[in-house]
Amino acid sequence: MRTGLRVVVALVVVASVAVAILLWMRPGTLPAPTGAAAVAAAVSPTTQVINRGEYLARAGDCVACHTLPNGKPFAGGRPMPTPFGALYAPNITPDEETGIGAWTADEFYRMMHTGVSRDGSLMYPAMPFASYTKVTRDDSDAIYAYLMSVAPVKQPNRKHELRFPFNKRELLLGWRTLYFKEGEYKPDPAQNAEWNRGAYLVEGLGHCAMCHTAINALGGSSEAKAFEGGMIPNQNWYAPSLTSNREAGLGEWDIKDIVDLLQVGASMRATTYGPMAEVTYNSLQYMTDEDMRAMAVYLKTLPKRDAEAPPTSQARLVAPAVMETGRKLYASQCAMCHGMEGKGFPPAYPPLAGNQSITMASPVNSIRMVLNGGYAPGTKKNPRPHGMPPFNHILDDEEAAAVVTYIRVAWENSGTPVAPAQVNELRKMLPE
Amino acid sequence: MRTAVVVLALALAAAAQVRAQNDAVPSFKEVDSIEARVQGCVTCHGQSGQGTDNGYFPRIAGKPAGYLYNQLAAFRDGDRHYPPMNYLVAYLPDKYLHEIAEHFARLRPPFAAREKASADAATMARGKALVTAGDSGKGIPACIACHGAGLTGMEPGIPGLVGLRPTYIVAQLTRWRVGERHAAEPDCMKRVAIRLTDADITAVGAWLSQQDPPANPSPESSNLVRMPFACGSQR
Repeated sequence: MRTGLRVVVALVVVASVAVAILLWMRPGTLPAPTGAAAVAAAVSPTTQVINRGEYLARAGDCVACHTLPNGKPFAGGRPMPTPFGALYAPNITPDEETGIGAWTADEFYRMMHTGVSRDGSLMYPAMPFASYTKVTRDDSDAIYAYLMSVAPVKQPNRKHELRFPFNKRELLLGWRTLYFKEGEYKPDPAQNAEWNRGAYLVEGLGHCAMCHTAINALGGSSEAKAFEGGMIPNQNWYAPSLTSNREAGLGEWDIKDIVDLLQVGASMRATTYGPMAEVTYNSLQYMTDEDMRAMAVYLKTLPKRDAEAPPTSQARLVAPAVMETGRKLYASQCAMCHGMEGKGFPPAYPPLAGNQSITMASPVNSIRMVLNGGYAPGTKKNPRPHGMPPFNHILDDEEAAAVVTYIRVAWENSGTPVAPAQVNELRKMLPE
Repeated sequence: MRTAVVVLALALAAAAQVRAQNDAVPSFKEVDSIEARVQGCVTCHGQSGQGTDNGYFPRIAGKPAGYLYNQLAAFRDGDRHYPPMNYLVAYLPDKYLHEIAEHFARLRPPFAAREKASADAATMARGKALVTAGDSGKGIPACIACHGAGLTGMEPGIPGLVGLRPTYIVAQLTRWRVGERHAAEPDCMKRVAIRLTDADITAVGAWLSQQDPPANPSPESSNLVRMPFACGSQR
């Protein structure tokens, strides 16, 4: 019996060794690489560069401006209304005549890095070259390779319609002296690789400062006021400060909530609507979890700078009748989704209690949401978002002001009351 | 006794009023449901897509899913222009728009009471003639040739016309005629609209708005009739 067992064991061992040798000696059966390595090994170097360029072009959200709604990707023509007149984003498909087909990688990098076009003319800062200057040569080359690989579209560029004197490109020299600092991103050695990756993406391709830093009468954003927020010209949304914990400052947020807000479009603390929903839809939903995390890590460490003192208790006083109107309207129209205590059903319906975007100094976004409603962006991780209906046709100026006032001061929220005139002003503007 | 009847009638009227209002107020049972997801639609189109007492917003319940999807996609992509809708659906993916369309296409809420007729007899007669027989002299086919004998539309892309208010019908036909609204090529509705005068459009809207819904409000199947004009949205 014991001999039999020993024979069996020996046979099993011999067989195993034989199988192992066979497998090892069979040509072409190297151990299969896993994960990213598998993908990298499977595709040619050219493909890898183009793939990387496509990803980086997503991070830079090139498509948002360089594509007409429903138009051919990157063929340009989308109008960008500015306080100085309309600009039309150019065709950046590789068409030889009307696109950038004749550009070299050097010329493309010079444009990204310095804001100087192929013909030597200075570019309008609607192209975020003040941010893209931070992009590395390597990444610029990858984006170039990707753009060269898309289908060329013959579509001549539309002339800008800028008012005098803004139609004089020579004036841009002055703008550049004041507001443009050329230079690739320099990693901060005091911070780790993840933080530096986040900073590179936020300050560079992400060009977050284009909206989240206030733009002055000359169309410039001051570096000293970086990420302190401001109204987005011509869109009539307020881009909250990323440095103030009373606005969209993320100092007190969990990394997961920051990532969810930006990449998914909805988090346990807040939801994206309006222009930020567009950024999530076109760009951030495609970012890898690692890159999103890096951006969140960086954003969370932005220095805390409150531009204004918190509102005084005097400024927060609300007439009792207004409060009562607001409370009644809230109970009948809003509480179903946002709850009597303002806790919402996150991430489906955002909480209003303790929500910085409700209580921040500017009530513009809250008023717009009440008037126009809104859907969170439909993303890979949240393809069927919940939405809020418009109340434009249901609430008059007094009622809408009362309900916005109510949510800004109820549940220990620290906001200030809103006047009917502020509602009226936004009501006259079309939702964009 | 008479007092009791009056009180009861008043109570019923009040209840009906409350219901009419509540139909346009957010309400759902489960957060993770399509009903909860489409709350963004209810203040204009009602909880079941039946429309609201505001004259402009159309009834969307029971229209063919293909038609509803085409409209949602056109609003998203800017092919159909109405800023409040363009804004709401701007960042919603195709698959979700299909789901929303199929949801409202399945619903069969009761029809709202029709508005009081305000058109004169001649206008109503012209409207009836255009809807039921067309105007062969001007090359205008009857509405019912495509929108169904019961005016409930046809699968997959032709909307029902019953239960729509005249303001909405007049606005859409006018937009079509001036080229602001259009459908997939070949755009059959455009061929009809450019043959209509302002008076024709008013007449069609007036007569349509006085029609009672048929017992079966579902759209017709697409294999029953041959259409007078080729329509891109029926392909």
